[in-house]
Amino acid sequence: MPKKKYVVACDGSQASIRALQFAVNQARASDASILIAHVLEWSPYSFLTPEEIEERHKRRNEELARAKDALVDGLVASVSSEGLEVDSVIRYGHVAKTLVEIAEQEAAAQIFIGRMGDGSFTSRVFGTVAATLAEIAPVPCTIVP
Amino acid sequence: MQNKIIIAGISALVLALLSGAASAQSVDETVNQLFSNATGWFVSFIFSPFPGTSFPWIVAWLVVAATVFSFYFEFIQFRAFSHSISLVKGDYSDPNDAGEVSHFQALATALSGTVGLGNIAGVAVAVAIGGPGATFWMILAGLLGMASKFTECTLGVKYRNEYADGTVSGGPMYYLTKGFAERGLPGGRVLAVFFSVFCILGALGGGNMFQANQAHQQISGIVGGYPGWITGVIFAIVVFAVIVGGLKSIARVTEKVVPFMGIMYVGAAIIILAMNADKIGWAFGQIFAGAFTGLGVAGGMVGALIQGFKRAAFSNEAGVGSAAIAHSAVRTKEPITEGFVSLLEPFIDTVVICTMTALVIIITGQLTIDPATGNYITEGGRIVTATGASGVGLTSAAFESAFSWFPYILAVAVVLFAFSTMISWSYYGLKAWTFLFGEGKAKEITFKVIFCIFVVIGAAANLGPVIDFSDAAIFAMAVVNIFGLYFLMPVVKRELKSYLSRLDTGEIKKFK
Repeated sequence: MPKKKYVVACDGSQASIRALQFAVNQARASDASILIAHVLEWSPYSFLTPEEIEERHKRRNEELARAKDALVDGLVASVSSEGLEVDSVIRYGHVAKTLVEIAEQEAAAQIFIGRMGDGSFTSRVFGTVAATLAEIAPVPCTIVP
Repeated sequence: MQNKIIIAGISALVLALLSGAASAQSVDETVNQLFSNATGWFVSFIFSPFPGTSFPWIVAWLVVAATVFSFYFEFIQFRAFSHSISLVKGDYSDPNDAGEVSHFQALATALSGTVGLGNIAGVAVAVAIGGPGATFWMILAGLLGMASKFTECTLGVKYRNEYADGTVSGGPMYYLTKGFAERGLPGGRVLAVFFSVFCILGALGGGNMFQANQAHQQISGIVGGYPGWITGVIFAIVVFAVIVGGLKSIARVTEKVVPFMGIMYVGAAIIILAMNADKIGWAFGQIFAGAFTGLGVAGGMVGALIQGFKRAAFSNEAGVGSAAIAHSAVRTKEPITEGFVSLLEPFIDTVVICTMTALVIIITGQLTIDPATGNYITEGGRIVTATGASGVGLTSAAFESAFSWFPYILAVAVVLFAFSTMISWSYYGLKAWTFLFGEGKAKEITFKVIFCIFVVIGAAANLGPVIDFSDAAIFAMAVVNIFGLYFLMPVVKRELKSYLSRLDTGEIKKFK
């Protein structure tokens, strides 16, 4: 029977670090593996200048490399050093929807996400990733404060 | 180093401003005189008619090409229309390609370059000279032109240069050089050089001067007359800050706001049409009657035809080759998909937006009619307008008759459209410049400074010489580009056949 997989949304913020730590503790207790998911906010419906279009492929490669080196590899190493099975994925898209896609493709058991704790007007009008995820996730979702 | 250049540039412009302040009026006149003298011969050549007629050869060149491509590809613009929409929606986009340039982004960027003053002011000029009938020919040219854009944008992606650092350079200068060489035809490089020269002139003319000129006209129509070069200098400083200073934030804001302004413009036009719903039948009647009889305009039916075709070509740039430069950077394994996406541009630009402008002008009664004959009252080759306005002023008056506050919104829209078109064409011109002279910071800045100087000239000159030069330069690009497209169209046909068969068998996956 394959191990349970916990998807943890990481964007480098303190909230996501807390979520990762919580997920690690949970995974250790229930013998699950961790999948660190870093989503770069992107929409195919945005507007670019001609120069941005020309440079986009190059910038994309730079962004992916930076995400990997500056954030994801470090997190993978720290989880690995705690003795857990860990993998990572870096994707572009709408953050909440992409996390849902990742969870579905990887047949994840749970999604862990940090919460910014911002109850301001803009958060309530435009939503937050955590709140959106709570609404649309296909699997249980743990929001870590 | 960059900052020093910016400071030097701004200081130079400010000095010019101060020293010119004393003789403001004569600066405009001098610029205008110099300009018409320098460009008159070029304009005459491009627009020379077939012997014994008043039909410019260049219009025939463009329309025949569009018709040939339409037949050669069996009216792909209608067959593939819904597939184009699916591509833009992202139905066929591989999720692994997320983060690359999407089809929508390529379309939006190319559109923001083409939707400009041609849609607002150019149409007004066409309808004032050619009458409502020009609208019919404009729509026809727009529909046929979709095939030209399809051809050139496919080639733009197919023959682009991909560099090691991930950047891309594409466009007619590349497909003329590489495509001809691949097919064993001589002269590709020569054509590419000619195209680049005309592209630079086009960037300075239609992509720059015309925009500045009409933007100034709209602004001065609201705040009161003042010398054009002042608008020119202000625009030039902002353009300079963006394209030389790298102040991307301005460009980003513009790129985001322009689509909303476009939608708002079309929305306002639809409301005006709805408000005059009883006259819509009459307006279309005028369009059809004018298309085939002229209804008293100079040149009759042919006059209407010429104006309609001219405006469509200038506005949607089908066959000109500029869109191929924009679309060439899209990350796709199938060049033909960019062809499909790009064929939506002439539709949106001409069949939708230009037609909206024309309908509003017609339906609000801006064009005076002689009640006795039913013909339009003309004077000096143009229809006499209700307010005496021309160019963007005519469009403004048309919208103002329904919404008294619209000229202010139009002024904002005009400034933004002009600005975004200038940014896009500065890029196209730059690509042509670097193709001719090579890449390099100093060479790039040289072109960009020249571009900014022409912003000032455009705002200062009168509409007549500016629009003539702008048209001539852009059509010159089309001469070379279409010549190349005739030889390269079998390549596109091969791509099309292969893609369509793989689409049928399901080899090309639909992801959504």
